[in-house]
Amino acid sequence: MTEAASLPLAARIAAGRRARTRSRRRIAGLLAAVLAAGGALTLMVGQSVTPAMDVMRVLAGQDVPGAGFTIRELRLPRAVLAVLAGMSFGLGGVVFQTMLRNPLASPDIIGISSGASAAAVVAIVVLGWSGAAVSGVAIIAGLVVAAAIYLLALKDGLSGARMILVGIGISAMLDSLIAYVLLGAPSWTLQDALRWLTGSTNGVTLDQAVPISCALLVFGGLLIGLRRNLDAMRLGDDAAAALGVRLTRDRALIVLSAVGLIAVATAVTGPIAFIAFLSGPIATAIAGPGRPALMPAALVGAMLVLVGDYAGQHLLPARVPVGVVTGAIGAPYLLYLIVRSHGQGGR
Amino acid sequence: MKVVAAEDAAPAGRRHGRRGRLAWLLAVLALLAAAGGVSIGVGTREVSLPDILNGVQGRTDTLAEAVVAVRVPRTILAALAGGALGLAGAVMQGVTRNPLADPGILGVNAGAGLAVVIGIAWFGLTGTLAFVWTAILGAGLAAAFVYAVGSLGRGGATPLKLALAGAATSIAASSFTTAIVLPRGDIAGGVRSWQVGGVGGATYDAILPCLPFLLAGLSLSLASARGLNLLALGDEAAAGLGARVAWARAGAALGAVLLCGGTTAICGPIGFVGLVVPHLCRLLVGVDHRWLLPFAALTGAILLIAADILGRIVARPSEMDVGIVTAFVGAPVFVWIVRQRRVREL
Repeated sequence: MTEAASLPLAARIAAGRRARTRSRRRIAGLLAAVLAAGGALTLMVGQSVTPAMDVMRVLAGQDVPGAGFTIRELRLPRAVLAVLAGMSFGLGGVVFQTMLRNPLASPDIIGISSGASAAAVVAIVVLGWSGAAVSGVAIIAGLVVAAAIYLLALKDGLSGARMILVGIGISAMLDSLIAYVLLGAPSWTLQDALRWLTGSTNGVTLDQAVPISCALLVFGGLLIGLRRNLDAMRLGDDAAAALGVRLTRDRALIVLSAVGLIAVATAVTGPIAFIAFLSGPIATAIAGPGRPALMPAALVGAMLVLVGDYAGQHLLPARVPVGVVTGAIGAPYLLYLIVRSHGQGGR
Repeated sequence: MKVVAAEDAAPAGRRHGRRGRLAWLLAVLALLAAAGGVSIGVGTREVSLPDILNGVQGRTDTLAEAVVAVRVPRTILAALAGGALGLAGAVMQGVTRNPLADPGILGVNAGAGLAVVIGIAWFGLTGTLAFVWTAILGAGLAAAFVYAVGSLGRGGATPLKLALAGAATSIAASSFTTAIVLPRGDIAGGVRSWQVGGVGGATYDAILPCLPFLLAGLSLSLASARGLNLLALGDEAAAGLGARVAWARAGAALGAVLLCGGTTAICGPIGFVGLVVPHLCRLLVGVDHRWLLPFAALTGAILLIAADILGRIVARPSEMDVGIVTAFVGAPVFVWIVRQRRVREL
């Protein structure tokens, strides 16, 4: 203690930073371990219990009678997609929350997810597209909606409250567009409707993991690379510029990456309710204050989708899609945030 | 004396003289009649004037007459629902002194829907009358909950907090609705009508049981007009002028809940009518609730009939549910209101 105090200031700061980085890494490692354990559990335990050795053998490509189909076709795609989509939502959400300095400004609340979802529904149901085209359209629509919300909220400067309110209005409109397209579709099923309104991993296949993985690699990597600049932006525009952040370029890249993550995941699983909104605050609570908790938020998002999906499949009396579970969990937290908020302006 | 005070509170009201308001009243009534006529005459199937006259009298000999006979109750329902929602919106905006109040945005419709689904799934409810009671109960609970959440914490019930609380409540309610309906194949077919509101399947048998509730809501709301004028001055000033603030607020809110619950029980959730109509009417007749409330009812009826006609025309040969049309018309207005720096204080 006294020894630390006698060190020069710069050395003490550097030591503190090293300690924080170490603890961050430890937390991220811990979360990843928990996530891996959770994923393994969902592979082993479902309607029936498969021994760990059998799961390993199936994953290694061997043929295990009785377990091969269940794991390869049912459990594995669900688990993989849940983790990938959860990471995308968690990462995209925490980036928006950090950049706009408001926990309520997550893409699912300000309507960006609804935009991507509406585009995906129109592309799939009306135009009959699939695969990368759907992802592309979802990204474009997400960006357009984000730009529209930004421009509509821009009047005498950007106000977070106005942005959230504009987003609520826009997502109400987009949700009714989704409902209209789905209800008018010739082969209307409740499952399809639920996927695009609340998010679901029902019926996903492993090849759908390809676009999400690519998006995570490209956009996620970009975001991790820009995280120092994102951190600086929290200090306000002027301070960030003084710290050497090229505001316009960096902000555009960050928004593009976050929207890309959200949109590609939404094009596969639908907008899983509240994952983007919940992951950031939970990750910050775990990792403590300091730099934006990007990796922890991604891992927490993956965990939330995995657990929510498992609960919806096996723990509840009826099988419900993951979005219904996370919607029922996330809404009370949103209400709590509203109650706790310190009345900062309604207009 | 008090009347003068209320007028003072609304300087804009002076711009709208009695004569101007009467002229607007006539115009609105004429428009309502015209909208009703068009709604009966226009639709997916084209009909001739004699068919329309016969069909309105209840004859169903030819197909065209039968089509008209179906359109009549539909138009009546659209008028009733639109009027009820417009009036409810005006009352809610007055009670919460919040320009963004709307039964859809504040989650009241979602609460009514959830209550009805619970009633059907767990208590085996059947019949419109039972639905109406349940829907009103759900609407009341949701309204009280959202308002309580929105006004907790510092700063009171700001538009932002109320809108967010309403959105969160809607999402939670629809999550629960889905979770209840999904395993029940026998009632899942009806879930469609709880996602998007419509007036398509209207019959007199479905409308009739709701009428007493709508009438009760209408009288309560209109009776609260003076109270709402006083509340607009702020709670302290209203109390100082002799208003019983809590009672005025509770009475008006009960009226709005009766209107929303009664409407949602027949039509399902229809958003944004209650948001758009009062703002439009305030431009026409000013902020005096004694004029604003009746105007909101009439204009709401026109708006919903027009939205229903639009839904029939744009999606020919199919139809677009009226709840979707109102969302597309209403959401831009919502954004416009949010963008107004000085939303007129209520």
